[in-house]
Amino acid sequence: MTDTVYQVSHLTLVPRRHYGRMIAAVLVIAVLAVIAHAFAVGQIEWSYVGEFLTVPVIMMGLVNTIVMAILAMVVGIVFGVVFAIMRLSENPVLSKTALAYVWFFRAIPALLQLLLWFNLALVFPTIGIPGMFSVNTVDVMTPFVAALLGLGIQQGAFTAEVVRAGLLSVDRGQYEAAQTIGMTRLQMLRRIVMPQAMRVIVPPVGNEFIGMVKLTSLASVIQYAEILHSAQNIYYANSRVIELLIVAAIWYLVVVTILSLIQGRIEKYFSRGVMSSNGVK
Amino acid sequence: MDIQNLSSDAPLVVAADVRKHFGPLEVLKGIDVKVQKGEVLCIIGPSGSGKSTFLRCINQLERIDGGAIWVGGELVGYRREGNNLYELDDVQIARQRRSIGMVFQRFNLFPHLTVTENIIEGPVQVLREKPNEARERAHALLERVGLIDKKDVYPAHLSGGQQQRVAIARALAMRPQLLLFDEPTSALDPELVGDVLNVMRDLARTGMTMIVVTHELGFAREVSHRTAFMDQGQLVEIGDSRSILSSPQQARTREFISAVHK
Repeated sequence: MTDTVYQVSHLTLVPRRHYGRMIAAVLVIAVLAVIAHAFAVGQIEWSYVGEFLTVPVIMMGLVNTIVMAILAMVVGIVFGVVFAIMRLSENPVLSKTALAYVWFFRAIPALLQLLLWFNLALVFPTIGIPGMFSVNTVDVMTPFVAALLGLGIQQGAFTAEVVRAGLLSVDRGQYEAAQTIGMTRLQMLRRIVMPQAMRVIVPPVGNEFIGMVKLTSLASVIQYAEILHSAQNIYYANSRVIELLIVAAIWYLVVVTILSLIQGRIEKYFSRGVMSSNGVK
Repeated sequence: MDIQNLSSDAPLVVAADVRKHFGPLEVLKGIDVKVQKGEVLCIIGPSGSGKSTFLRCINQLERIDGGAIWVGGELVGYRREGNNLYELDDVQIARQRRSIGMVFQRFNLFPHLTVTENIIEGPVQVLREKPNEARERAHALLERVGLIDKKDVYPAHLSGGQQQRVAIARALAMRPQLLLFDEPTSALDPELVGDVLNVMRDLARTGMTMIVVTHELGFAREVSHRTAFMDQGQLVEIGDSRSILSSPQQARTREFISAVHK
């Protein structure tokens, strides 16, 4: 009798019922349906959305958004790496300078920084090196330059903290091993520490890059012709406000989706050599 | 103590009254020791005795607060001109470290590089050897430590004993005149200790100068020429390994050795 009790192969398996999932699915679908219905019957001329989605002005705005996001991020990463390394330097002057940079540019809102750079001419009518050359600030500080400086420099302050966390995440033994094979500080950072820190740095920087794509919309207030500014210019003329905002939103969704996919690829590259058995590959 | 008149049979390592403190804690209270070329010196002692710290002072992972160390007749960390000692800069310290290999308790292989890449990193980046030649030499070293079949894997896929043998190969790739071992078998599973000790024994046989901080008294007895016992920042006793380990003169040494054997 005991033998038959421990036999299970002839029994029928009844899968567990996931009632919670079913209820959640019904609720979510209901909410989505309500929202979709609202937009369908609302005051939106969807034909305008389709019509303006790919007009040249919007396309130029899209290109400007992408160009600005990439360039500002490059400035941000360069500043971030430099200031993070300065921050961890044994040189107290460099370390404190980096601390001050992060403090200042992280404290002031990005929009305010853009306005400050754009209006720099009010403080310094001309800039240059005394006796060598001098230019009118208004000529140099175009919307493009002001946006690039404003967004890039404030991004650098945030990226510096991310890079610093990455550098600190690398085991002390790695620094010592690099030193014992006779590496100088810069060789050690470039060849041993940074490649390992990248695994920690890339995910948040990818996240910040996505943030930067959206942050470029702030540059619309200083007349930089990115996508939101372009959309606004059109709706000032034809009053199709919501339709053009939806056009802009669609393009932000597209760009961010593509970036998310690229981010996954890059993360995978920098986690090479890390055991996948710990489940956090 | 004068570095100007060192002859060729001068000791490879000379430590004179080496002192080190971490804050108020004195970890080295004046260490004097000389190591001859080709000699293997084991340093034993309880944890916290300062033996690892002393080892780390030799290649400037720690800065000493008093005394001086010479390696290969060269003053470590300073340049002497007349009666002045000038501190060396980052680049000069890095140059001094090139000729001193170090093997760590926790291996410290570079996890983002394969075994071969780990070994050629120093020769290629620091010694400016051609990558192809460095790779050939790396493979010869891997043959020597018995890991040629692992040449292209990442360290994470190796056992502790295998990682430590790669670490030894990495240190050897720099053609060091001195090898420092900081408890090289303490982090290993017992069955893996033997492989690492065998590699070290072979090295000793080829005449490599080695300073080994270890708890392996058997290794000290068999392989090392001399053994030093350190306790509370002092070099309590140093001498021929067999006599130190079988008939120590100092009570503290006796206590330690009998405690380890228990």
